[in-house]
Amino acid sequence: MLGTGLIKGLAVTAKNLVGSYHDPARYTTLEYPEVKPKLPEAYRNFPFLVTENATDPMGTLRCVACQICEKECPPQCIYIEKSKDKKPDAAGKPQIYPAVFAIDTSVCMSCQICVEVCPFDAIKMDQEYEIATTDRFGALLLNREQLAKPNSYYHQIHPTEAVEVDARLAEERRAAEEKAKAAAAAKSAPKSAAPAPKPPAAPSAEAPKPPPAA
Amino acid sequence: MSVSDLTPLSAPGGSTVRAVHDEFHGDLLEVSMGPHHPSTHGVFRMIVTLDGETIVKLKPVFGYLHRNHEKLGENTTYLASMPYTDRLDYLNSMTNNWAYAVAVEKLAGLAVPERAEYVRVILAELTRLLNHSCLAGFLMQDCGCSGTPLMYAFREREKILDLFESLSGSRMMCNYQRFGGCRVDPSADWLAGAQRLTDGYGAFLDEFEALLTGNEILMARTQGVGRLSSALAISAGVTGPALRATGVAHDLRKVDGYGVYPRFDFRVPLGDHGDTYDRYMIRILEMRESLKILSQALAGLPGGPIMDPKAKLRGFRPKAGEAYGRIEGPKGEIGFYLISDGSANPYRYRVRPPSFINLTILEDMCLGRTVADAVIILGSVDIVLGEVDR
Ligand code: SF4
Ligand code: SF4
Repeated sequence: MLGTGLIKGLAVTAKNLVGSYHDPARYTTLEYPEVKPKLPEAYRNFPFLVTENATDPMGTLRCVACQICEKECPPQCIYIEKSKDKKPDAAGKPQIYPAVFAIDTSVCMSCQICVEVCPFDAIKMDQEYEIATTDRFGALLLNREQLAKPNSYYHQIHPTEAVEVDARLAEERRAAEEKAKAAAAAKSAPKSAAPAPKPPAAPSAEAPKPPPAA
Repeated sequence: MSVSDLTPLSAPGGSTVRAVHDEFHGDLLEVSMGPHHPSTHGVFRMIVTLDGETIVKLKPVFGYLHRNHEKLGENTTYLASMPYTDRLDYLNSMTNNWAYAVAVEKLAGLAVPERAEYVRVILAELTRLLNHSCLAGFLMQDCGCSGTPLMYAFREREKILDLFESLSGSRMMCNYQRFGGCRVDPSADWLAGAQRLTDGYGAFLDEFEALLTGNEILMARTQGVGRLSSALAISAGVTGPALRATGVAHDLRKVDGYGVYPRFDFRVPLGDHGDTYDRYMIRILEMRESLKILSQALAGLPGGPIMDPKAKLRGFRPKAGEAYGRIEGPKGEIGFYLISDGSANPYRYRVRPPSFINLTILEDMCLGRTVADAVIILGSVDIVLGEVDR
């Protein structure tokens, strides 16, 4: 009969209308500023730099300014300048550090490529989303002081991943120490007047290439 | 027909209307629809010439969203193009990622672990559900059915996007596939969520169909509108649901049998008339088949690694050569053609965008119909301007 399709459809809308008042599965909106959405662990928006020690963020950045992320970032929104000197990192080893590390978040497309390519687990994705600003140019260009956040914060936002990263780093450090000890033992055994053993090799970073000639 | 004496007239709604004088046929009207018009699905413009109410000429104008995607691809590394493919057809980032990964894997000769192949199928079919639900919703919106079906479709789409977000970190710009596998391994929780969604989606489709499929107004509005012949569809290179609605059995999941698709039992729905109603119906039926694939893939998901251990993230340089990788995306054949000269960037990077090629037959479908029909015909072609303009 003509019109049965219409009536069937109206029954569906009526059911949905009533359901939207009674069925919790159909409440799809949140009262936002009062109620915040629960973000999934994997959620990402902009990168931040991990520091080992919250009391001395600039002294304990994990980043060694190898510039791999700068090279791989698709929209090229990372800018790094290497330090001229070396400073001891969290493990006490002298390392180059980024004298300048800036990310233009107005260009960043939240792709996470920098996080994936970083060999030192130094850059991770943040979940801070209330970042609206009226200053379009200054406020969106974040420098290293603004980007640095402690490892404990990383544990807070990506707990599973952070535990894995910590375990991996600890394992790498232990392996490096053992290798150093073994090397030292091997050197000191045959020749008593051997020079002091070299500090353990860092996980080998690719030597940064000079920018392609224009 | 000579088109002369263009006199600008003011028109309601801000679009430009010009009277086109022709000695024998009276006045023709040239209407510029878009580029900022809600019915054009983005910044797209149609220059429609009307004889009374009837369309006698339709010229699509696009390129407003051109972002130099292909040239960018030649100037960045292979990996860095992956997040850009998300932004082609921004509803279907998972299938764009997959098609690009297939092309690079062919180029570099990378094997994909079985678990990753299954996960790719699961994500591609979820994407198909999402795309087709939205398409049906938007089509109804174009028909003038303001809001209700679209909101129902969006309600379901949100559930799929939540799954994508908890897996990849982003709802729409997933950037999930990698050369030789996938970026993260889905957890048991996630798979349970996907299973729940698959189990519940049938009920939504039933509801959606009760609302629409038998609706007399919808039938009167779409049946016989925007007919496309199978001969024209084939010669124009149309792919995807728009082609299958004309009755041509061409689905790359069957034709190429890429990935692990040959292991699944599913059918390819075909249309009879190639009209707008068929194009709507094909999508509903495809979603039902997708659900079948999803439950088989979720049940048969093997363990093991999700990435080829040989795959390299940093310093990836495939050997010199060329490759074309294609898959059946929700909108049709999405393919990437790459030429490598052995360096870190592709020498040539080319996209075969289904939306763009499906759009080329728009005029043929619209001739002799009214402007209101052109709107729903465009809606049923299923375009995303991010992919058309690149
Ligand atoms: S998330 Fe992507 S765009 Fe943003 S800084 Fe990292 S690599 Fe660059
Ligand atoms: S890749 Fe990591 S260590 Fe290297 S510069 Fe970037 S953040 Fe620092």
